[in-house]
Amino acid sequence: MDTMTIGKALNLGLRRALEDDPKVILMGEDIGKLGGVFRITDGLQKDFGDDRVIDTPLAESGIVGTAVGLCLRGYRPVLEIQFDGFVYPAYDQIVSQVAKMHYRSQGQVRLPIVIRIPYGGGIGAVEHHSESPEAYFAHTAGLKVVTCASPNDAYWMIQQAIAADDPIIFFEPKRRYWEKGPVDPDAEPYPLHAARVARPGTDATVVAYGPMVRTALDAATAATEDGRELEVIDLRSISPLDMPPVYESVRKTGRLVVVHEAPSNVGVGAEIAARVTEHCFYSLEAPVLRVTGFNVPYPAARVEEDFLPDLDRVLDAVDRSFGW
Amino acid sequence: MKFAMYTIVIGAQTLHATGYAMGIAMDGKVGTEDGEAVVAYFGDGASSQGDVNEAFVWASVFHAPVVFFCQNNQYAISEPLERQTRVPLFQRANGFGFPGVRVDGNDVLASYAVTRAALDQARAGQGPTLIEAYTYRMGAHTTSDDPTRYRIASEVEAWQAKDPILRVRRFLERQGLADEGYFDAVDEQARAEAVHLRERVLAMADPAPITMFDNVYPNGSPEIDEEREQFATYLSSFAGEAH
Repeated sequence: MDTMTIGKALNLGLRRALEDDPKVILMGEDIGKLGGVFRITDGLQKDFGDDRVIDTPLAESGIVGTAVGLCLRGYRPVLEIQFDGFVYPAYDQIVSQVAKMHYRSQGQVRLPIVIRIPYGGGIGAVEHHSESPEAYFAHTAGLKVVTCASPNDAYWMIQQAIAADDPIIFFEPKRRYWEKGPVDPDAEPYPLHAARVARPGTDATVVAYGPMVRTALDAATAATEDGRELEVIDLRSISPLDMPPVYESVRKTGRLVVVHEAPSNVGVGAEIAARVTEHCFYSLEAPVLRVTGFNVPYPAARVEEDFLPDLDRVLDAVDRSFGW
Repeated sequence: MKFAMYTIVIGAQTLHATGYAMGIAMDGKVGTEDGEAVVAYFGDGASSQGDVNEAFVWASVFHAPVVFFCQNNQYAISEPLERQTRVPLFQRANGFGFPGVRVDGNDVLASYAVTRAALDQARAGQGPTLIEAYTYRMGAHTTSDDPTRYRIASEVEAWQAKDPILRVRRFLERQGLADEGYFDAVDEQARAEAVHLRERVLAMADPAPITMFDNVYPNGSPEIDEEREQFATYLSSFAGEAH
């Protein structure tokens, strides 16, 4: 068992994937010599060569479109989009082609592409560096969407995503890149598209993913002092959603709060609320509540701490749930 | 020969072609006896798309074995060439650092020769080429198009005289390479294939609605399975009725 940051765990996971399969290649802006702006691919070009770890021109659509062609030739490209807000130039290739080719070809064409995207805020950045665009991709059939919240999950999930034949959008919580935790390289990996109870509890369920899992856990620690035991579920997979653990939890607690940085309007929380309402209607003591970013463009860095859900807003939502 | 699927979004395929060509190079199949190459077809309208220009960037900086074949038929539905470019399209390649050549798109032999040469050069490791096949769209874009709204009859007539099929036929006749009997046989073969194709297409059964849930993912998805099941239950509630 080793202790390392999420960033280092991703680096190690990518290294394992490159070692395991000669068809795996990495492509992205600045990922080679520089090792990536967050150093996630540090050292990989040196060890695997510039024909397997490729510095690309500055054009996101080109990165994804050429990856499609490489898949048709038998390669397994792992792409890096430098920041969440820069994925949009590639959005057409992703939803019009990557998501649809398997269906279009009735199963004859597989596109085993992984698109790694550092996402979320809390890093004091300018526009387009703090987005949470997961809903745009979860809404598109043919894609799968996952997000890690811990070093161990980062290490294993990136390898599982690369080994899968689905096109997968792999969201990495950039504000958590430097947070450390245990990584067990010998453990049996948890299934890629499975949710996990990160903290058991009895009084209310808090569902979160990516950067908000830590926030939810911090809220649960604080709630204990108020005599409330929150059950925190790390969703891990946004599409497909693994709902049975959520249903089981809600049937036990009767209350659900969903937390994400992305705005509430038509977000992942709205989907979860709809499903829980349908499947756990008679178990609910209160409506499903959502703690999210506001429905404004991501604000200036000086006010982002008020935009982002924090421990207090999660506890406030739990209080409001108990008010019903 | 391998044929990639349609992509419909104009120009998207040029990036796929370029990526495939990069894969050929990674496989070590460039500059060898068994060298391979890719040819990507697109129109004059497509040359304006970002993806096509990004494909030119990738093809040039990665020296990819891809031939970009632009069928310049002068119109993208109603938009004339002048709305897509200020320079002859073949010159665009110069800006990206690889050769561009214009060929008479209505000359079968010239088009073949130029394409063959460009593909051989790509296979040999000389990188990409842009071919602009200069031609003309004789008919309408689709059956819902009305070209009389944006072009004049005399323009169409002028190009009628350059019909490529007629030209190659005259050439073969004059060279004594084919006679009336040959062309009659070709016409008959074409007619028979068209009839055969129409019969087969018209005889195809409509897919069962439940099949719309198939092949979304290579190894399926529990959510799709659940939705399929719900829809199947819903359909069976109409049991006994025509559906």
